[in-house]
Amino acid sequence: MSNKAFNRFERATGYVVSDGLREAVNLALCLERPLLLKGEPGTGKTVLAGHVAEALGLKLIRWHVKSTTKAQDGLYVYDTVARLHDSRFGDHDVRDIEHYIKLGPLGESFATDAQVVLLIDEVDKADLEFPNDLLNELDLMRFTIHETNREIAARHRPLVVITSNNEKELPDAFLRRCVFHFIEFPSPELMREIVRVHHPDLEDRLLEQSLEVFYALRGIAQVRKPPSTSELIDWLAALQTAGVSPDVIRKKLPMLGALLKKEQDVEVAKRAVLH
Amino acid sequence: MPPVPKDAELGPLFSRLLFELRARRVPVGLTEWMTLMRALALGLHHSSLTGFYHAARSILIHSEAHFDAFDQAFGVVFQGLEGAALEITDDLLAWLKDPKRFNLSDEQLAQIEKLGLDELIRLFEERLKEQKERHDGGNKWIGTGGTSPFGHSGQHPGGLRIGGEGGRSAMQIAGERRFKNYRADLVLDVRQIGAALRRLRELTREGSKEELDLDGTIDQTCKNAGELEVVMRSARRNNVRVVLLLDVGGSMTPHARTVSRLLTAAKQAHHLRELRLYYFHNCVYEKLYTDASFKEGIPVEELIHTTQRSYKLILVGDALMHPAELLEPGGAIYYSHRNTHPGIYWLKALADHFQRTLWLNPEPVQYWDQPTIRLVSNLFPMYALTLEGLTEGIRELVAGKGQSSGIAAARRLQEAALGRPLKRDPWLDRWTS
Repeated sequence: MSNKAFNRFERATGYVVSDGLREAVNLALCLERPLLLKGEPGTGKTVLAGHVAEALGLKLIRWHVKSTTKAQDGLYVYDTVARLHDSRFGDHDVRDIEHYIKLGPLGESFATDAQVVLLIDEVDKADLEFPNDLLNELDLMRFTIHETNREIAARHRPLVVITSNNEKELPDAFLRRCVFHFIEFPSPELMREIVRVHHPDLEDRLLEQSLEVFYALRGIAQVRKPPSTSELIDWLAALQTAGVSPDVIRKKLPMLGALLKKEQDVEVAKRAVLH
Repeated sequence: MPPVPKDAELGPLFSRLLFELRARRVPVGLTEWMTLMRALALGLHHSSLTGFYHAARSILIHSEAHFDAFDQAFGVVFQGLEGAALEITDDLLAWLKDPKRFNLSDEQLAQIEKLGLDELIRLFEERLKEQKERHDGGNKWIGTGGTSPFGHSGQHPGGLRIGGEGGRSAMQIAGERRFKNYRADLVLDVRQIGAALRRLRELTREGSKEELDLDGTIDQTCKNAGELEVVMRSARRNNVRVVLLLDVGGSMTPHARTVSRLLTAAKQAHHLRELRLYYFHNCVYEKLYTDASFKEGIPVEELIHTTQRSYKLILVGDALMHPAELLEPGGAIYYSHRNTHPGIYWLKALADHFQRTLWLNPEPVQYWDQPTIRLVSNLFPMYALTLEGLTEGIRELVAGKGQSSGIAAARRLQEAALGRPLKRDPWLDRWTS
């Protein structure tokens, strides 16, 4: 019973995975439940799905949710306008509705022959009811195309990775079905490791100096939008490319625009760090 | 060597985690619990307490706001067990494979199918209570009372580590309580407030018709014998209008940062149809101010005349003041301000005009047992200015049954937080009835 054979996620190249996150991915894989990822913006929620897919050797299907996205869009779209258009010009066989059914990302992830990783990115962007509308399909991994009465059922349940930015609360019924993981903001030690993955040939002193400034900025309570991991990586790339000397980082805060995106924050930061 | 818990004791032990979580008001239901059982039966916890910690947290908890409560509950239940974890694994698995040992009889298992979830959870809690009492009357091999034979974070040779070097054990992780800052009853950042405000929404179709009504078009076209008849309709828009009144200065100064975050979030809440913002100091009198320095303002009567009863009124203040400021004419805090009506008159006028109101109080609930706060909370549903309070309050504001039921609901929540019923004072209640 224990240790049922399944595809286990161990490590990813180019992405530093904490113990908890690895456990959560494996739980989701084995229990066949969606994995819900939350965390500060810029902590690598979206890219995780790509790395998991790569590590497991599976195809990745992305579904980027927008404020106007409907649950139905993920299953399939019946392109009535194209059919009407064709009927006027007689280009295609309009009697077969099947030609005008286009599977959405969720539908596609069910219909493929091999197991895939499905990323539902920023689920909280859509309407409050959106997650609830997907419950049944995510539970049963099957749905019916009403126009043709064809049933799409997943032969291999996809690994569903869902990210949320906490912009809206998610419904309880939806949460109950998910494996949840909160990506914590990395500690300086972990951050060093993460930076090394992205910038292997970074000078030690440059890294230490900029990390010091980075965590100092995050520590200032008045900063409205604290810089994130991805911004740190961009900043380091900029510093490295421009050949900024490590000695001036603390004194001059060069290229601060890569870290802080609000004018007031830049002011506050300069006052707090430079004096 | 510490005594290894027997098979029979493991059921109560694990269900105790569930009980501890629910006692900390973490919403954990049977669905999650059964999922966890399945995960354990599949060996997903790697037969270690650390693995169990991660698995249980991923499955049982749905929000980082509850991580801290989970850490606490985990600490209480598994304190001292760490060293023995290796030895108990076999028993653990044996127990987990057989849910019947979960102390539910066959009959009850059969009933699970038939019962509704609420009923189920109620039964479950009863069951757990029984178990806890019986258990605590026993030999107490997991000590919360300090009689435990095990030491916390001791150097036990059998102590479990995962992930090779540098990995940390479950008790250490739980003991650190790194997620304290994410607790819903402590902090509020702009984003969280924004998420709560997003609930303020009532979609209605109003205004110019600019959206194609497909169903309507088909209906009309059919009625027209196939001649195309386009039907347009107006788009769905949020119809919520909010009046926000902020208490500033004086005793509110310690809460300035929280209030400014609320203000930032409210101003960013573009989904609101209308947001009107006014300031007051300590108590509302005949005038409300449009700036925090109390220079410009409008009379309360004008506000009442220019707003519909369906506007949502949100007041933010600590309601802490001298009783005279609330109850006596001329009691306003500024000497130069001679108010002819007492503050309570104006508050009552607002409470009577608006159908839905909400008072957010940044003071911790424990300090609400104070005459002026109690008076004000008789007039407005009062919720704490925490993530939890804000979410609950706004839910009540949008979906509640109205003023009096809102006040009762807020009172129930306050009593739950205090763990005792609120005192009644006829002298105080007289002012607001």
